[in-house]
Amino acid sequence: MTTRFFVPCDAAARAVGADKVAIALRAEAERQGIEIEVVRTGSRGLFWLEPMVEVESPGGRIAFGPVAARDVPGLLAGGLPIGTRHPLYLGRPEDIPFLKRQTRLTFARCGIVDPLSLADWRAHGGGRGLERARSLGPVKTLEEVTRSGLRGRGGAGFPTGIKWQTVADASADRKYIVCNADEGDSGTFADRMLLEGDPFALIEGMVIAGFAVGAAKGFVYIRSEYPDAVRAFGRAVRLAEVDGLLGAGAGFDIEVRVGAGAYVCGEETALLESIEGRRGQVRAKPPLPAHRGLFGRPTVVNNLVSLATVPWILAEGAEAYAVFGMGRSRGTMPIQLAGNIRHGGLFESAFGGTLGELVDEFGGGARSGRPVRAVQVGGPLGAYFPRALFDTAFDYEAFAARDGLIGHGGVVVFDDTVDMARQARFAMEFCAIESCGKCTPCRIGSTRGVETIDKIIRGEQSAANLALVEDLCQTMKFGSLCALGGFTPYPVMSAIRHFPEDFVRPPLGVAAE
Amino acid sequence: MSSRWNEAEATEIVCRHDGREGALLPILHDVQAAFGFVPEPAIKFLAHALNITRAEVHGVVSFYRDFRRERAGRHVLKLCRAEACQSMDGEALARRMLDRFGLDWGGTTPDGRLTIEATYCLGLCASAPSAMLDGEPMARLNDGSIDEIAREVTR
Repeated sequence: MTTRFFVPCDAAARAVGADKVAIALRAEAERQGIEIEVVRTGSRGLFWLEPMVEVESPGGRIAFGPVAARDVPGLLAGGLPIGTRHPLYLGRPEDIPFLKRQTRLTFARCGIVDPLSLADWRAHGGGRGLERARSLGPVKTLEEVTRSGLRGRGGAGFPTGIKWQTVADASADRKYIVCNADEGDSGTFADRMLLEGDPFALIEGMVIAGFAVGAAKGFVYIRSEYPDAVRAFGRAVRLAEVDGLLGAGAGFDIEVRVGAGAYVCGEETALLESIEGRRGQVRAKPPLPAHRGLFGRPTVVNNLVSLATVPWILAEGAEAYAVFGMGRSRGTMPIQLAGNIRHGGLFESAFGGTLGELVDEFGGGARSGRPVRAVQVGGPLGAYFPRALFDTAFDYEAFAARDGLIGHGGVVVFDDTVDMARQARFAMEFCAIESCGKCTPCRIGSTRGVETIDKIIRGEQSAANLALVEDLCQTMKFGSLCALGGFTPYPVMSAIRHFPEDFVRPPLGVAAE
Repeated sequence: MSSRWNEAEATEIVCRHDGREGALLPILHDVQAAFGFVPEPAIKFLAHALNITRAEVHGVVSFYRDFRRERAGRHVLKLCRAEACQSMDGEALARRMLDRFGLDWGGTTPDGRLTIEATYCLGLCASAPSAMLDGEPMARLNDGSIDEIAREVTR
């Protein structure tokens, strides 16, 4: 009998040796004359356990990890099944507390199925959302999305249904669905995991979106820093075309576009410019992309996670989704625990858990073993939170009320060795590096910001320069054309406000004595 | 191996994207894949082929970090400098890596073996610090990884 082994081919698993483990498994099994099949899956998102190998057993899959190639002979030494006493034995993956406490809707299949097997996808509920959408018709499909309360998972949190309605109501010769997979925020990897681990979920979501608003063409804009994702998703599109999930019969086509190393292209209008073959410079709004977007046509621009959640909503119904969450944040959010954290990974859960629970309880605190001092939530444009604010609930409004944002759900943890003045400086520096240059507050303000924070770090007229930085942040916040310049003040000002002690520095000459 | 600039190959690339709307970025990616960088004559050639100005092509090439104006080393190492990697002392590790090869950011070793570039996030943030060597992801880097990378590129 052939026993199936599952080894992730997710980039983060490959980055720590998953390919070598897969090769070693096949070689060792052959050497021992054991019949096995190695299936490459996406990742479950428990990255501290990667490479995590799963073995099929009568009671379900059993996980082992983190497995190195040199562990493989030992793993198979006692024959199959592998003993539960093996030091890398983790038990059933679903019972690992980090996974058990999650609510996996969008990521239900990720890490379980072979990402490029349509049969596997269908066997795990793939296609049911599209089927129901077609039976409901475009109008009712759109209503479902609106009633589910789904909001943009890219960061802005705009209601997806309203965006779709605007495009559906517009009349034009062509309309487009654009998937923003330019996941540039440090601390985030949800889009990447889905592209590599369940690409058909995105394809299904885009076909549903096209059906609901009357668009026949979609673009998926993937950043070039994700070559594995580009490769996997490209293959998935070709398979879907052969299958008929995409193409003339389905009434929808998808074209993959690859970015070229520009963070600002994650901003929706810069992304559209980039697809059109131009510099990724932000467009002034209005007109909204929903009215005049790609090639001047009405365009839905959605984050990848939003689109990949739509099939679940259609399959299970709007109410089933809206049951989860709190306040105006309905459903689940894939939170990404990253940086200096013991249990880093993807944690999909209903809105409403607190930041402290996520970092200390599920994340297990800092990987360094030192106390957690600060966490940055929402990427390079998100605020730094001190421990004193760890009671903040993960919810769009709750974070906004504390001068922060949840963004795309990235949580980067820092221990007590962090220098918050350096982090504030980096926020300005990053803005200067990535600014598209179109508006002055962002282009010039960020460079002046770096210079002024440098003076503070050198201990030059701290109070006066701090006042100057604050003033500069006001200008950037209210005068910038997009969120790059407009939100850079979040990390800068939160660092100054919550960690003022890091900005009071002795003049450099004194410190050197 | 990348070939020397020639219009025949460039023409073939442009034809490959015939009929595609807004094709400049995909074309530039292919040009770079074919020639190793975007050579100066490509600017004029593409402007003519796509019926846009040279300034427009130059503007796009210079805007995006990925497009090179000169050939890179035989190996390209991209080290992540974003926040998640910073939180795991990625900056100090990057400094040691640069020092090991006597390079600064964006530099190429005199023997043309290695180019080290900064990147801002590879999506491997739960396994920081991370890097990419010739398109292959690497994570949980430590001092041992520096030796490993050195062996790999001097092979």
